Amino acid sequence: MHGPDFDITIENLSKIEGHTALAVAVKDGRVSEVHLEINENKRFFTQAIRGKPAISAPQTLSRICGTCSIAHHMCCIEAVENAFGIVPSDQTMLLRHLLMNGLMIRDHAMHLYLFCLPDVFKKDSILDFSDKGTEHELIHKAFDIKSVGNAISTIVGGRAVHAPFPVVGGFIKIPKKEDLSALLPKLRAIRDAAIEFVDIFLNCRFSLENEGAFVSLINRDYNFLGDELATSLGICIPEHRFADYLAKSVIPYSQAPGFKFEGMPYSVGALARMNLNGSSLRPETKQSLPKAISVFPSKNTFHNNLAQAIEVVQCIDASIAIIESFDPKPETPLQVKPKAGTGVGVIEAPRGTLYYHLDVAQDGRVNRANLVIPTSQNQIKMEKDIGVLVEQCLKRRMPRDKISLEIEKLIRAYDPCMSCATHFLKVNWK
Amino acid sequence: MFGSDSIYMPSKSRKKKLRIGWFTFTCSEDSSIILLELFNEHYFEWKEKIEFAHCKMIKSKNDQTGLDVAFIEGAISTDTEKKKLLEIRKNAKKLVAVGACACTGMPSSQRNNFDDKAKEEITPFLKQHGLWGKVLTVKDVVPIDDSVPGCPMDGKMFVSLLDRYFVDFGIVN
Repeated sequence: MHGPDFDITIENLSKIEGHTALAVAVKDGRVSEVHLEINENKRFFTQAIRGKPAISAPQTLSRICGTCSIAHHMCCIEAVENAFGIVPSDQTMLLRHLLMNGLMIRDHAMHLYLFCLPDVFKKDSILDFSDKGTEHELIHKAFDIKSVGNAISTIVGGRAVHAPFPVVGGFIKIPKKEDLSALLPKLRAIRDAAIEFVDIFLNCRFSLENEGAFVSLINRDYNFLGDELATSLGICIPEHRFADYLAKSVIPYSQAPGFKFEGMPYSVGALARMNLNGSSLRPETKQSLPKAISVFPSKNTFHNNLAQAIEVVQCIDASIAIIESFDPKPETPLQVKPKAGTGVGVIEAPRGTLYYHLDVAQDGRVNRANLVIPTSQNQIKMEKDIGVLVEQCLKRRMPRDKISLEIEKLIRAYDPCMSCATHFLKVNWK
Repeated sequence: MFGSDSIYMPSKSRKKKLRIGWFTFTCSEDSSIILLELFNEHYFEWKEKIEFAHCKMIKSKNDQTGLDVAFIEGAISTDTEKKKLLEIRKNAKKLVAVGACACTGMPSSQRNNFDDKAKEEITPFLKQHGLWGKVLTVKDVVPIDDSVPGCPMDGKMFVSLLDRYFVDFGIVN
């Protein structure tokens, strides 16, 4: 057993995206300090794009992140189009929605089935799963689901990571009807397995409830690109005013800043989306998952995993609906006429609300950029949750190594992305 | 010498596996995502042929000693990263740079070409977190045996390289 004063340090958290360390100090049997040190080395993208043509920014900034590159791509395109006054066609928007669905399926599947599932099965890794029986079949199903998400991204975007087809004003290549239709049997084939995974996370008893606000985009069809921001505090905000409500904190031990909403720690991501926009899920998704959906609204951080599992089914259903009704027409990207302006893009990335603000000069070059990243927004709430969790573990006289494991499970439930969180530097402009 | 003979005799039924480590440095980890996407098609085959001794993405108990092959994703931008990379090199028979940041430095090395204004802006942060002003490629720091270029890495080239190593290390005939 440990004494009343001790430290917990985890130097390199595993099964998450990127590099993070954690330090927790316990004094007199109470948590006195929690430092989540996001130590992914910064790459200064906001400086790098300054003076570069705004139309090239989406491809450059998609390199901020490997796993959610398409989210950065979409958000930056929206910001550039708003700066130039470009209104994309209905077909372009449909393809963007489909691309986001593919991203969500692939990204959530990676996080849930490869990173979190071992926690549920009390294993260190999927590598430790049995080579036969249920565990073996689950791994097969996980890869089947993930590969369909990948296939959507490849057909619509050109590839799943740093997609070449989506550009400011549209797509440089429109997918063929037969290629999209070929996805339908694959999408239908993985649906039951996706529902099976929902049940696994519904039956998982991990729990951590804590106070804090939730923020996400809301709309009528649970899409990830619009329409306005809602909060659990009852405030609705137009996308372009989001930053007005945020207070940024420099966290000296972390390479990523933290944020508060109206002075409160808050969280973004699938749990926030299900809490605030769950009523907009597709009818067939609701019909298949009544028990899981009834869990929301929820304050249990681990329900972020359940929310992501539900979103996989939602994205399968939404993709089927889009493809069934889609009749592609030849279309080239809209002409870009550079002009001075300011553009804001707000979308829901897999890990939550992503905000881009670009100031563009008369010649179409970027003057400055400001990005607010989901993991940065969750950072302060994550630290508070870790403190609450450790206090609970101390009350249960849990040994230190077990506490470390519980902390890792909690951080994984947030699905943090450290690459995103650190790869820009906000400058205080005079 | 009865005693020494009895210490360890590898079973003929126990297959030799390629002992690999996957390490990420300054990058977006997009090649890691490609690796996980390649799992969709190759996981069960690779599980038979590969021992993932170090792969922080999918396991928490990692060991970087005695590697056949170390795959390095990302550029090198701190003393800590340099020290870690030198240690990995000592522990690996082959070392492979994967992805654009590892092979060319870009886009992680964008700051190498910043103008004076941008350099001035980032300098306090560099000092605070011990980041270098000039970012290096992997081969700037250690000798490399192979590379898989691309942003992210080219998946087909990675699979071909792995197949070659399976032969070179006697995993397959």
